Amino acid sequence: MTRLQFHLVAAVGVLLLALAPALLSPFSITLLNFIGIYALAVLGLVLLSGIGGMLSFGQAAFVGIAAYATAWLTVKAGYSPWIGLVVGVVLTGLVAAVLGAVTLRLGGHFLSLSTIAWGLATYFLFGNVPMLGQYNGISEIPPISIGGHALASSNSIYYLIWIFVIVSLVLSANLLDSREGRAVRALRGGQVMTESLGINPFRVKLITFVIAALLSALSGWLYAHMSRFVSPAPFDVSVGILYLLMAMVGGMGYLSGAIVGAAVVTLLKNSIQDWLPVISPGASGQLEVIVFSVLFILLLQRARAGIVPFALRWLPRVQPAPPRAAGSLEHRQQPERGQPILSVAGATRRFGGLLAVDKVSFEVKAGEILGLIGPNGAGKTTMFNLITGALPLNQGKISFLGQDISHRAQRQIARAGIARTFQHVKLRKTMTLLDTVLLGTYGRTQSGFFAGVLRLDRAEEARAQTEAMRQLQRVGLADRAFELAGNLPLGNQRLLEIARALAADPALLMLDEPAAGLRSGEKADLAHLLEALRAEGLSVLLVEHDMDFVMGLVDRTVVMDFGAKLCEGTPAVVRSDPRVQEAYLGGVA
Amino acid sequence: MTGEIAAILAMDGIASGAIYVLIGLGLVLIFAVTRVIFVPFGDIAAFTALTLASLETGGRPGTVGLVAVLAVLATAVEATALVRNRAFHRLPRTLLFYLVLPLLPAAAVWFAAGTTFSMPVRIGLALALVLPIAPLLDRIVFRPIADASVLLLLTVAVALHFALSGLGLMFFGPEGVRTKSLTDAVFDVGGLIVNGQTVLILAASIVFCGLLFLYFEFTIQGKALRATAINRIGARLVGIRPTSTGTIAYLLASLLAGISGVLIAPVTTIFYDSGFLLGLKAFVGAIIGAMVSYPVTALGAVMVGLLESYTSFWLSAYKEVLVFSLLIPVLLWRSLSFSGSEEEEAEE
Repeated sequence: MTRLQFHLVAAVGVLLLALAPALLSPFSITLLNFIGIYALAVLGLVLLSGIGGMLSFGQAAFVGIAAYATAWLTVKAGYSPWIGLVVGVVLTGLVAAVLGAVTLRLGGHFLSLSTIAWGLATYFLFGNVPMLGQYNGISEIPPISIGGHALASSNSIYYLIWIFVIVSLVLSANLLDSREGRAVRALRGGQVMTESLGINPFRVKLITFVIAALLSALSGWLYAHMSRFVSPAPFDVSVGILYLLMAMVGGMGYLSGAIVGAAVVTLLKNSIQDWLPVISPGASGQLEVIVFSVLFILLLQRARAGIVPFALRWLPRVQPAPPRAAGSLEHRQQPERGQPILSVAGATRRFGGLLAVDKVSFEVKAGEILGLIGPNGAGKTTMFNLITGALPLNQGKISFLGQDISHRAQRQIARAGIARTFQHVKLRKTMTLLDTVLLGTYGRTQSGFFAGVLRLDRAEEARAQTEAMRQLQRVGLADRAFELAGNLPLGNQRLLEIARALAADPALLMLDEPAAGLRSGEKADLAHLLEALRAEGLSVLLVEHDMDFVMGLVDRTVVMDFGAKLCEGTPAVVRSDPRVQEAYLGGVA
Repeated sequence: MTGEIAAILAMDGIASGAIYVLIGLGLVLIFAVTRVIFVPFGDIAAFTALTLASLETGGRPGTVGLVAVLAVLATAVEATALVRNRAFHRLPRTLLFYLVLPLLPAAAVWFAAGTTFSMPVRIGLALALVLPIAPLLDRIVFRPIADASVLLLLTVAVALHFALSGLGLMFFGPEGVRTKSLTDAVFDVGGLIVNGQTVLILAASIVFCGLLFLYFEFTIQGKALRATAINRIGARLVGIRPTSTGTIAYLLASLLAGISGVLIAPVTTIFYDSGFLLGLKAFVGAIIGAMVSYPVTALGAVMVGLLESYTSFWLSAYKEVLVFSLLIPVLLWRSLSFSGSEEEEAEE
């Protein structure tokens, strides 16, 4: 399917939605209104949990804050619902920013537990504040009016709801296809990778959290003025779980999953309400809860992916937009050849009683390939982590391009011009090759969330794409730019990591066992690539086990054994050093 | 606030704290052995209280139906798994453990409806009725996904809680219950009137903590549980079966929850859904103990009890709000002291 065809299909969908009030019964429209309102909150949850990996049980609380804010302002203070919208959104955003700032440093399930905690606390707050009507809630909320026309009937508020839904969906899709959106998509699965690309994961998490809360706020505002009544119950953690169920039914990682999930669960809920009294009179309330909970558990056990990815397998794929030709991003001026760019002086790292790196000193000169070798357990990877800031130094000093980077955060070191790859490849399997390499340009580009959402970033984006395609070309993967990174064999994944690192335009490229898992042809290609990079003036620090590969390529090597530096020099010198022979082969009897 | 009121509040706080201690220890036990944060754990305590109340009036407690449904489901799940693996010889054993044993107490209570038992027998029966619930739920819900991430298990546990509260309403009805007090004794400690019930709660809590300690320290089974908690694969390599240690953990923990249910039933009115808050408050204590330390969990649970007791004096309406808000700083403190250990969560 071409992009034009895709846009046509989308236009037909919007047209059908626009005609719905003329074609469907008022009751169906009411259902569609609920679907739209749920879909807004679920859309936020998809961004936050499905894509950003922060599982929240408390989204309903944000819906509630906005709903109560607008209810109080319009009923008790007599303001217009539009003032309620502004105040509700701002208040929700502020609460989310504070909650997020406090809790988003928590990892994994601890974060999710904290969402239960504030979700419940908010619910009890609604139920106990006299100003908010305690458990009776606030009733007689006025309808929204546009130009003197009150949207009191379900047919009239229908358009407003679905305009909100569609605009939010489009803007969210824009976001995910931008610089910051790629950072959001890279959040899942550990911070070391994102930090190594100069991304501040905490900041990205916080903004994603606030965006999700704002979508919930829109949902809450519409809910309050549609149902004209708010009470604590619809904002409880149990409803937060219902939102999660919707997201999961639709497909956690897909924006469209929010609408599909909200629709399926709402229709199911409705039919349960029709059928359960027939099956078991007088017990429908609790049966509904049981049916949904059991459904949720079964889904979690057996079908975590959801409907959208399943359906996508049967639908034609939308052709990706080809990268637009554009000028490239600015390149750094590489330092003069032979000048020291990285110097490690007396670096020491202890793990409890173990001295993993013991007073190691060496230098990398501009435009050379330095090999860091040593037997297993010599401390090479620890040394690597000390330089990149993944581990803090106990003692010693590391400077790069004249700056002291000993105690800088990983992302600051990355931004200073050190790019790295990982011994165990760290890629996001569901991102395309192009997006993966684009992630590497994060530190060289500026467009923020706002620019991404409103597509003000297209010029910079085109230049970044040109750069990414160039790096893919370089490692020989350009013809597969739109495949998923997870589908590549290991050897190619290593090359992809190198392309991502190169896209950051580093002065020093650090490779952790790049040849591991490569076939001999691939190794030769890799060696050619590294030689070409050296010719361009890039410096490379290489940790590697494959001696043939290292010795044929590097200018100098540093040999480590038991945490200490054994010797350094050209491959010929090192090879003939008796201490090196002993470390590798054991003493000569 | 006078000194006397402060003392009374402290006593109340310690008493409810002691109940949270039992539930909190159970939560830690289950989490350590199975990695499941068993959110519906408080429900087990609430169901015990409801069962006990029903036995007092000579009725048929809803637990009978609940256990029957779960036993049939668990048997079906287990039998399907066995048939699929062609392990037919294990079917009789399955029937015994998943169907007959859980249903024995249920059947006994069913046929004895109308008779009123003495207090100790009632308590024993209530505990026996409730004990199979958690292990059966484990078999049905958690064992098929035993290797999933902690986060996924947590999500399932939260959903399970809502399923259970729905089932609770169906089997127990919406009425709240309060059982007869276990003792009418009253002590006078330096001018302060101390309820026998409070003393009993404290004593029971201390005794069971002690028993748990002895069990872990001096029995081979207790050590196997600890081994599983420390390293599942390692435990497997030395011949410990994670499924059976899991079942033992659920049984033991359910016993603790059941006892706390018996203790709380005369003090507070318990509804079918009271367990959620009960469990979550104990859970705050467990988090203070980082879900691993039993003594710190006990301390944390007592702190929660005290906090709750004092806030109910000053700000009774915001008691719940405060207790759950407390969880956030606690989580933060815990995450700071564990920095790095959560790194590299697996991508799903």
